[in-house]
Amino acid sequence: MIIALELGLLFAVMSIGVYLTYRVLDFPDLTVDGSFTTGAAVAAVMIVGGINPWVAVACAFVAGALAGVVTGALHVFAGINPLLSGILTQIALYSINLRIMGKANVPLLRSETLFTPLREAGVMGSWISVGAFALVAAVVGLLVYLFLGTQYGVALRATGDNEDMAKAQGINTGQMKIVGLALSNGLVALCGALMAQYNGYADISMGIGLIVAGLASVIVGQAIFGMTAVWQAVLAAALGSVIYRGIIQAALQAGLNVNDMKLISAVLVVLALTIPALSPMKRWRRRRWKAQAVAQGGAA
Amino acid sequence: MLELTSITKRFFPDTVNERLALKGLSLKLDEGDFVTVIGSNGAGKSTLLNCIAGRYPVDTGQIRIDGKDVTRVPEHRRAKYVARVFQDPMAGTAPRMTIEENLAIAFARGRRRGLGLAVTDRNRATFRQALKKLDLGLERRLAMRVGMLSGGQRQALSLLMAAYERPDILLLDEHTAALDPSRAELITKLTKDLVEEHGLTALMVTHNMQQAIDLGNRLIMMHEGEIILEVGEEEKRHVTAEQLAEAFSRTRGAQLSDRTLLEAD
Repeated sequence: MIIALELGLLFAVMSIGVYLTYRVLDFPDLTVDGSFTTGAAVAAVMIVGGINPWVAVACAFVAGALAGVVTGALHVFAGINPLLSGILTQIALYSINLRIMGKANVPLLRSETLFTPLREAGVMGSWISVGAFALVAAVVGLLVYLFLGTQYGVALRATGDNEDMAKAQGINTGQMKIVGLALSNGLVALCGALMAQYNGYADISMGIGLIVAGLASVIVGQAIFGMTAVWQAVLAAALGSVIYRGIIQAALQAGLNVNDMKLISAVLVVLALTIPALSPMKRWRRRRWKAQAVAQGGAA
Repeated sequence: MLELTSITKRFFPDTVNERLALKGLSLKLDEGDFVTVIGSNGAGKSTLLNCIAGRYPVDTGQIRIDGKDVTRVPEHRRAKYVARVFQDPMAGTAPRMTIEENLAIAFARGRRRGLGLAVTDRNRATFRQALKKLDLGLERRLAMRVGMLSGGQRQALSLLMAAYERPDILLLDEHTAALDPSRAELITKLTKDLVEEHGLTALMVTHNMQQAIDLGNRLIMMHEGEIILEVGEEEKRHVTAEQLAEAFSRTRGAQLSDRTLLEAD
């Protein structure tokens, strides 16, 4: 289970990125499958080339952000549907990722990575590495939370919450979407860069289906922990990632194989989306919402 | 303050559904003018407001605000000069954000939005003061999500947000039409107070003829994309709903819609 914790906390970075687009901007962004691999590819190639892993990770973030800008520009300037914009960038990135790596797989086994000190100290797969990864997730989550509370961040949230209102209040909603997608994909690529170092390789197919894993984490996490306040939503996205990896781990131990995991992920997303919408839960939520509104002096 | 020179707006051009929504309309508002707009359905009242706000680009003509030509200025940049309240109480606020965050967004209208905190203790005090005027107790619920408010409360908040940074032009698009009578009255009174307090220049579309007569210092009547009647400051003090209805049928030989007549009583 320690492995599930490690993976969950590392993937929490991606999950927080997916939260930014899927929930905050209300923009289901499929770029993720491509930008995750882009982050891994950039970091791997740079690390193999002898560049400091911290610099490599920073460059991976920038590369992912650029991919997000492309998706955003396709939607904002060319008027292409959000899902299609993401798919187009994702497909284009497949070729670009191959160009970056020069081959389908770049091994990092003998290179100095961010995790080398942990590995050499023999604390990978222990509570120490779990603590270190939790710290990474916490720092990313805190930064995103703080950003969403700034004037710029609030404008970004308004864009996703009520675009007409945002425009009427003088917010450049096109720019907000592009910046939001850039940040989100930057985080996804950062996660890809970390995963490449964790796994010891970057692979062209490592991003396939990851958007579903990201969505599953966000949806499951926020269904369990709520998403009323921003801090709650960010925390729920991160914890959702840990829960998701836990479920996957449990499914593997129950005898399913790695190739079944895409099916599990898809089913998990469907369940997380439909169960809260079932009528008894809906009624309960509506009643709670109303009671809350009345208690606070509103009237829903 | 606001000067429209022969603006035209055509929907679905070059198709069978082509419709000329504004036919070379000209209108001038001086600073402090509060003009009410009435007219039948499809007269182009909302189109006019959307053109001024920049949501719809105009086909020909010119829009000047405070002497500046804003005809080609995009909507989000025109928001520096123009604020709006919509008919739908849900349209003017962000439901999943708190009251104070919504106000912070309005507070920053027309300014650069940076990486400073949106809600600080200092602007919280300002928000409380502004909310107190609504007399809805919202000043005690700054951290409440706007989606939990009733339609009337949300519309009051929208109005406050629109008037907040003292826009050059305030556009009100039937902003009391979707509310029950008592709420509508509250919002109408609030509109009057805010416009007077800040000396705003405003353009208000309404279906309610009495409201159009009671509020503001000028009145215009629109029909099929044109202004067919203008009532100036002096006349408006004495004009009645019957006279307006009569003037309308005289000019166009048309009848006002039932809804308009009913609401005139």
